[in-house]
Amino acid sequence: MSPTQTWQSRPETARRLQQRHRRNRLFRHLAATGLLLAVTALVMMLGALLTASSEAFTETRIKLTVRYDRPLVDPRGDASPESLEEGDYTAVIREAALQLFPQVASRTERRELIRLFSPGAAFRLKERLTSHPELLGNSEELWLAASADADQAFKSGLTGKEGERLTPFQTHLLLQFQERGALEQSFNTTLFTASDSREPEMAGVLGAAAGSFFTLLVTFFLCFPIGVTTAVYLEEFAQKNRWFDFVEVNINNLAAVPSIIFGLLGLAIYINLMHLPRSAPLVGGLTLALMTLPTIIITARAALLAVPPWIREAALGVGASPLQAVMHHTLPLAMPGILTGSIIGMARALGETAPLLMVGMVAFVVEIPQGFLDSATALPVQIFLWAESPERAFVAKTAAASLILLLFLIVMNALAVVLRKRFEKTW
Amino acid sequence: MRHTIPKIMLDRVSLPESAAVADSDAVPESETKMQAAGVRVTYGEKVALSGISMEIPARKVTALIGASGCGKSTFLRCLNRMNDIIEGCRVTGQITLDGQDVQDPDLDVAMLRSRVGMVFQKPNPFPKSIFENVAYGPRIHGLFDHKEDLERIVLTSLERAGLLNEVKDRLDEPGTSLSGGQQQRLCIARTIAVNPEVILMDEPCSALDPIATARIEDLIDELKSNYTIIIVTHSMQQAARVSQFSGFFHLGELVEFDSTEAIFTNPSDTRTKNYVTGRFG
Amino acid sequence: MSASLFLALLLFMAIPGFALGWVQSRRLRADAVAGAKKGHHSRPIYHGLYTALRTIRPGIVLFLSWVILAPWLLDTILVHAHPELLPTTDARELSLWLSRTADPGRMAASILEADPGLKAAIDHRQDYSQGLLLFLTLLALSLGLVALRRAVARIAPDFRARIHIEHSVMTFLKVSSTFSVLVTLGILFSLLWEALRFFQLVSPWEFFFGLQWSPQIALRSDQVGASGLFGSVPLFAGTFLVTGISMLVAGPIGLMSAIYLSEFATPRVRTWAKPMLEILAGIPTVVYGFFAVLVTGPFLVRFGSVVGLDVASESAMAAGLVMGIMIIPLVSSLADDVIRAVPQNLREGSLALGATQAETIVRVVLPSALPGIAGAFLLAISRAVGETMIVVMASGMAANLTANPFEATTTITVQIVSLLVGDQEFDSSKTLAAFALGLALFAVTLLLNVIALRIVRKYREAYE
Ligand SMILES: Nc1ncnc2c1ncn2[C@@H]1O[C@H](COP(=O)(O)OP(=O)(O)OP(=O)(O)O)[C@@H](O)[C@H]1O
Ligand SMILES: [Mg+2]
Repeated sequence: MSPTQTWQSRPETARRLQQRHRRNRLFRHLAATGLLLAVTALVMMLGALLTASSEAFTETRIKLTVRYDRPLVDPRGDASPESLEEGDYTAVIREAALQLFPQVASRTERRELIRLFSPGAAFRLKERLTSHPELLGNSEELWLAASADADQAFKSGLTGKEGERLTPFQTHLLLQFQERGALEQSFNTTLFTASDSREPEMAGVLGAAAGSFFTLLVTFFLCFPIGVTTAVYLEEFAQKNRWFDFVEVNINNLAAVPSIIFGLLGLAIYINLMHLPRSAPLVGGLTLALMTLPTIIITARAALLAVPPWIREAALGVGASPLQAVMHHTLPLAMPGILTGSIIGMARALGETAPLLMVGMVAFVVEIPQGFLDSATALPVQIFLWAESPERAFVAKTAAASLILLLFLIVMNALAVVLRKRFEKTW
Repeated sequence: MRHTIPKIMLDRVSLPESAAVADSDAVPESETKMQAAGVRVTYGEKVALSGISMEIPARKVTALIGASGCGKSTFLRCLNRMNDIIEGCRVTGQITLDGQDVQDPDLDVAMLRSRVGMVFQKPNPFPKSIFENVAYGPRIHGLFDHKEDLERIVLTSLERAGLLNEVKDRLDEPGTSLSGGQQQRLCIARTIAVNPEVILMDEPCSALDPIATARIEDLIDELKSNYTIIIVTHSMQQAARVSQFSGFFHLGELVEFDSTEAIFTNPSDTRTKNYVTGRFG
Repeated sequence: MSASLFLALLLFMAIPGFALGWVQSRRLRADAVAGAKKGHHSRPIYHGLYTALRTIRPGIVLFLSWVILAPWLLDTILVHAHPELLPTTDARELSLWLSRTADPGRMAASILEADPGLKAAIDHRQDYSQGLLLFLTLLALSLGLVALRRAVARIAPDFRARIHIEHSVMTFLKVSSTFSVLVTLGILFSLLWEALRFFQLVSPWEFFFGLQWSPQIALRSDQVGASGLFGSVPLFAGTFLVTGISMLVAGPIGLMSAIYLSEFATPRVRTWAKPMLEILAGIPTVVYGFFAVLVTGPFLVRFGSVVGLDVASESAMAAGLVMGIMIIPLVSSLADDVIRAVPQNLREGSLALGATQAETIVRVVLPSALPGIAGAFLLAISRAVGETMIVVMASGMAANLTANPFEATTTITVQIVSLLVGDQEFDSSKTLAAFALGLALFAVTLLLNVIALRIVRKYREAYE
């Protein structure tokens, strides 16, 4: 037969083939576009967070030579800590600023001047003096935090445009400070050393991070033992009967229950029934533990399953009891995998917000929590609270806190990856 | 869509056009369908085939034999460029189909594969109905204008694969509901439906019982009048029964290629002799 | 006497428990060696563990019962021993008052000064708590000593201490494996219990078919406790609107990403893209919510003003789009698994017939993977329905019964949060309504999950 007689060699076939290949390419591009969109979304999110947060990592400071004038800071006149505690440090700042600008006379102008400084500046002076009483009556040069409005105005270039929330006079004052080299931006340590505050420039994430830490500690110490023992029992000892199937289905479904439901459970059991304190890391941790447990069980089972059966059989062969074989051989070998899974579970718990809202960890907490029963909030909740706050300066804080949370998560996941790589065994 | 076959259709079952036109007697004995010259295949660092050269005669059955892992499947997959989809697989040397370079990067692989079909070791019917399994090729290649044409092609292909009588009442059942042997014949019917010139078969009977195997062997015997068939097999008896030419592979080399009769009765290489007499491999 | 001290004492008791058993066993061993008798069944360490376990067992039982029963017990004692302190006879307010007596640390000193009754109750409660704990501690100690004596007496050469220990460990394993079932039961019963109480106040008819939701403000005079309207239809409608939008985003993009990753991508692209998607999956939902507020909402508003649409700053669209992004990695990773599970020989069969890759995917791979993909989509829907933070932050609070995605909508989860966050009194119909909503949410997601997991499992088995 000659090839010309088959359909393959007809001209229509070639045309059709070209069309098919075009469609093939189109489909491929479509699929690639899907992936590209997903990646773009990620890049956009990170980009938006980075841009929005840039302001939060620096703070504006103003240099002043302050004088701890006895009548102002030592109202009782005995230099006792109680007396220093009652001193009027705002006045100290005002006096120092007026020294620089003697022309400022009217009450409104004075008020505008003092509003360039953060309320935190006065706190700072008080703390300095109570810890260094020898400064009483003396002067020193200090960089003091500017108010949120001044901070924003400076960051947007002191153009005095509309939208900046300073009066023209305040802008003028700031320009004066700048001319004298008394205005600068520096790395914002407050963000990392302070707890929540009503004033954006005084707010930090340390309190929330501590809250998260205590919460996760509780979660881990509840979840890990129960999760691992459950996994060991199911994977190594349980008979594969109906009860086993039920427990297995139950765990898989539990893993997909919305987190807010666990919050409702925590509220009903821990708070309504057991009267445990609201807003405490203990309750938050116990609640997150319920949510994290299925994840840990599932990953721990997978890790146990990955240990080849001959190791168990070898142990049994030399006379170990089944329990000894598991405890001395299987479990240690599965431990890296179990830990990896636990870290990933903990990372998820760290990012979880909704259940914590249910058990009251949304309080405005100024103190850094010191234990499991103190009122506390958690990092993601702090982000939520700041995001809801109407003040514009909190936007940057929220973005910065989000980045910090992401950083924690990335570190935890990287740890899990390293652990997996390091102990990865091919049998 | 239900496929109930009109009685008349069954009587009118006919061969695909090219096959009807072709006449095996008109072709001279020596015509070469495919040719390999110095074919070398590597998987990454590993050399799977080193310098294979052979001429595959048209409308004959050529058997490839050899111990496991010697590269038979690899060679077979070179012939319709199925190795393209394996990452890290590199093929060099020359392979031609009717004198046309198969390795040519401009060559349309879809077209090549429609001319050089393949039947796999494990039957792999699509999770579709029996009818749709066979209709798959004609549909993607657009081989029909009317539904009746499609039905004709499907029925003819099933008929030629010797499956029609067994499935004519259940064309809408899933292909996976058939037995292993039937599934393999369905796969052959599926391949025939696009009217290829060459059919590659990689151990088509290894998953089948002796009776199913015998049916496939009969089928191969019938098909050879219209198609060039290359079959990989581990069974010496099968090679002897169905093939006219045989090639013996050993550790990535083609040790000997000759008429099946010569390979089995009078091999020139001792390795071949040892293998066919079952002394090693 | 605090609970933690009790626990510490209990664990401390394990030390002499262990030592006595160990010493006894060693002594017997030495005797046996001297008398050249046959070997022991268990090593001394197991005897020690056995006696230690026996020693602390009564204490552990007592401790657990204390933890579980104490709140209830103290409430009861307080109510019966000091009826004169109770501020009210109303059961709900009483329960609230009792929970305040249990948690004095939270209250400002000024509140306590203003309410001497409460202060007295708190003091009484603490006294009772301490007394009871002291009693329990002594009980645990004496029971432990008795148990220790008995256990030491049982130690003998042929005593199988190891078997006993293993028995205890197995029991422990078994008990802890039931914990997850207890969690499910806890969810079920707590939601059911509170929801039933809710339905005593508000008729199920109104809840399930009412078209108006306004729990905070009374709109009609005949409403229960004048506390508002509880028609949940707008919430369900809002939930499905947001879920629908998010699936319109996540479905195609997730599926396409999965197809690209599993069928087209080179290994290099895969090693880059997979971690990216994992990062996307790991971003906390609160950060997504913030992104919606920061970028998506304002963008939509501006977009609306350009094309002449009235777009609210908080809208179902803003929440749905961002939720879609959040769900992409879930869809793509599940679909990726499913597509990879389609046997390679089906692809080869199609390609060997001369099909292009797209034809192979569309006509063979995807139909084969369809059940699995359906399961993946169901899981994704369940995730979207239960998602909380994004909608709380971006979709608004107004319970509009609307299909307009550019209006503010509210969802089940948003309302649960808004009903329970902030100052609340337990047992008001508002809090109970949150549990009724929770029950509905649980039922819907559970149904979706059960079906989805079943489909996926069936599908896996088909290609095993
Ligand atoms: N995808 C692959 N990647 C790497 N090496 C491969 C791959 N496929 C085959 N090989 C190697 O190439 C060599 C030839 O394999 P091939 O499958 O062609 O052997 P075969 O003769 O068909 O064996 P069998 O009779 O068992 O089917 C073997 O050594 C095998 O290990
Ligand atoms: Mg092979």
